[in-house]
Amino acid sequence: MRTDSPRPAAPQGPRKARPRSIVIWTLVALLSAAGWSVLALSRGEEVSAAWMVAAALGSYAIAYRFYAKFIAHKVLKVDRTRATPAERLDNGIDFHPTDRRVLLGHHFAAIAGAGPLVGPVLAAQMGYLPGTIWIIVGVIFAGAVQDMVVLFFSTRRDGRSLGQMAREEIGPFGGAAALLAAFAIMIILLGVLALVIVNALAQSPWGTFSIAMTVPIALLMGFYLRVLRPGRIAEVSLIGVALLLFALVAGRWVAESSWAGAFTLAPSTLVVWLVAYGFVASILPVWMLLAPRDYLSTFMKIGTIVLLALGVVVALPTLRMDAVTDFASQGDGPVFAGSLFPFVFITIACGALSGFHSLISSGTTPKMIQKETQVRLIGYGSMLMESSVAVMALIAASIIDPGLYFAMNAPAGVIGDTVQNASQVVGDWGYRISPEELAAAAKNVEESSLLSRTGGAPTLAVGVSEIFSEVTGGGLRAFWYHFAIMFEALFILTALDAGTRVGRFMLQDTLGNIYAPFKNVSWKPGLVITSGIVCGLWGYFLWVGVHEPLGGINQLFPVFGISNQLLAAVALAVCTTLLVKSGRLKWAWITGVPLVWDATVTLTASWQKVFSSDPRVGFFEQRSVYRDGIDRGELIAPAKSMDDMRTIVTNSTVDGVLTAVLALLIVIVIADATRVCIRHVRRPALSSLSEAPYVESRIVAPAGLIPTEEEKEEARDAVGAEPRG
Amino acid sequence: MRSALNRAVRGLRWYVRELTDESAYDRHVAHLRKERPDADVPSRREFERMRTDRQEADPRQGFRCC
Repeated sequence: MRTDSPRPAAPQGPRKARPRSIVIWTLVALLSAAGWSVLALSRGEEVSAAWMVAAALGSYAIAYRFYAKFIAHKVLKVDRTRATPAERLDNGIDFHPTDRRVLLGHHFAAIAGAGPLVGPVLAAQMGYLPGTIWIIVGVIFAGAVQDMVVLFFSTRRDGRSLGQMAREEIGPFGGAAALLAAFAIMIILLGVLALVIVNALAQSPWGTFSIAMTVPIALLMGFYLRVLRPGRIAEVSLIGVALLLFALVAGRWVAESSWAGAFTLAPSTLVVWLVAYGFVASILPVWMLLAPRDYLSTFMKIGTIVLLALGVVVALPTLRMDAVTDFASQGDGPVFAGSLFPFVFITIACGALSGFHSLISSGTTPKMIQKETQVRLIGYGSMLMESSVAVMALIAASIIDPGLYFAMNAPAGVIGDTVQNASQVVGDWGYRISPEELAAAAKNVEESSLLSRTGGAPTLAVGVSEIFSEVTGGGLRAFWYHFAIMFEALFILTALDAGTRVGRFMLQDTLGNIYAPFKNVSWKPGLVITSGIVCGLWGYFLWVGVHEPLGGINQLFPVFGISNQLLAAVALAVCTTLLVKSGRLKWAWITGVPLVWDATVTLTASWQKVFSSDPRVGFFEQRSVYRDGIDRGELIAPAKSMDDMRTIVTNSTVDGVLTAVLALLIVIVIADATRVCIRHVRRPALSSLSEAPYVESRIVAPAGLIPTEEEKEEARDAVGAEPRG
Repeated sequence: MRSALNRAVRGLRWYVRELTDESAYDRHVAHLRKERPDADVPSRREFERMRTDRQEADPRQGFRCC
């Protein structure tokens, strides 16, 4: 913020706010309050998405200006005179001071992926209001705080990873539990993401062809970068995106040609292809597939998100979903079972609070940040941007006909496989949509059927095509649908490759303790074995998800949500421990309260998934219901055969045990962190803090996106400092 | 007017090069020249290979989230 007089060296005493900023912030607050009031108070009438946008952006602005600034300066006490690892350890490769605007782009591209697009779509079954509140309130008080605090502490520790910080600051026991949890979460994440893709591409020759084409395009780009013109990333990305768009257009021709049959694949065939792809891609050199794919998906990601934001603002569509549906209180929703508390809070992870971000905020970004004062912009700011992506996804899911939404997101076992049946079942839930309308919706986007297209991606794609075609005219609706599918599939496939590599790396490290050659990451047999194990593990969950009679997303997404929120609990536990140990005990609630909330939500959800006596929710109750059915020789819907019944029994057992183990791991981490905190409060002399020593910074750089007058002056005064940008 | 347009184009080009890390080689060369003036400067080809080899060795580098 600008102040009229130059800031004194040590800001003491209250600073006077200028009348202009008081007026501006009052207006922002009023606008945001108006948005919230309309969203909260309207019942039964249609509300414009503009109000959701106003509520979100206004809240973000206030949170960024006041809460984030308070945390940065009062709690973390960021020090602009202290050199960051990027400055001290600059090696011109991974440690180098990066312009804050560039780093903001980097960090945002690294944290935002399919997550913020899938969760909100699924949570829309409870209506748009619970999701909106959690996305906005959650990001302000938990998600963005976690990202910023992890970034700060990792920056003070030369860019240590979350796992290393957990080991150093909490202890080997908590550290090992955190590592194991991270591995399990990676596996479940990959399985669920792959399942989203299978559900989007099954029986869709257009989608399957265009996604298949990304492989030769990426190989071509890799060859170009390796052999023809090394390092020319911008130009090769442009070529790649052009080819990608061509593949997308060509997909329609293929779908209408005699080749369509070759690209019309059943879900189980796609499973085999995806696992084979994940395995082969992860053992190929990085330059061949992974690096070029990554450029492609980053370009597409940023481009599509910008387009979507523009589309929402220009079209300002009307929300057709109820604010709160009956499923919120009854807990019998078809998309995922369970009531609003705790299940909305685990279904929407990315966008509100995501444990995965702590892996990016520690590790890569701290090695590039120029100034400690920039943690607010990079950590808190990027997360607010991701949250706005989640809000857009929620808007996209809420503007389509609610009847279509439920027909697309309910498992086939519930709504059957004909439009007549689906129309009737959805009608029983209170959402009217005729069989003709259901058939027309599929025809509009040139798909054979939209029934039970679970996983969020197809629903989002229908919403996106609705928004975009409002701007570009209805003729392009099918193109936009497949554009959105392609955009999600592209980075999910990249994530399968990159995630398999990270999982393999963890496994190699662990197996290396048993048989030493595994530690050498380029030892070929070890590479193939560990890649095979990782692909086999996530492939198992994918296979299970596709063949689950109760609906794969329905069963697996809660496990994924629980695991992601458990990782957040680990990150928040590490943050809280560090706040306590670094003499910030009175501010420990900054991450302590989000930790308590997150642990409550997640452990309640795990408890219900394990012990609930409602067979739709509790895995073990489900198991015993179907077990008894088998014993009596009686089929229980939606199972169609005894084989289905046995599949359900096995899957429920695996899911239940997995949920229980994950919950136990996190209880261990939190208990260990609490022990360390209590010990520190009692006998501070016993605890050690592994912070890098103070070195004075010589870089001059602004803290926020827009430099203040003083910062500009400082930059002009700095002699010998290299001006960047 | 022209100079403002020029500045905008140059700014955009700078941003894209930085964001895609296309500028990594120039940065590395500048760093070497400054810190170790007598060290051999790798060719662009060698440098880019070294970069992907590093990612190969530790896949957590540049990992993206869900």
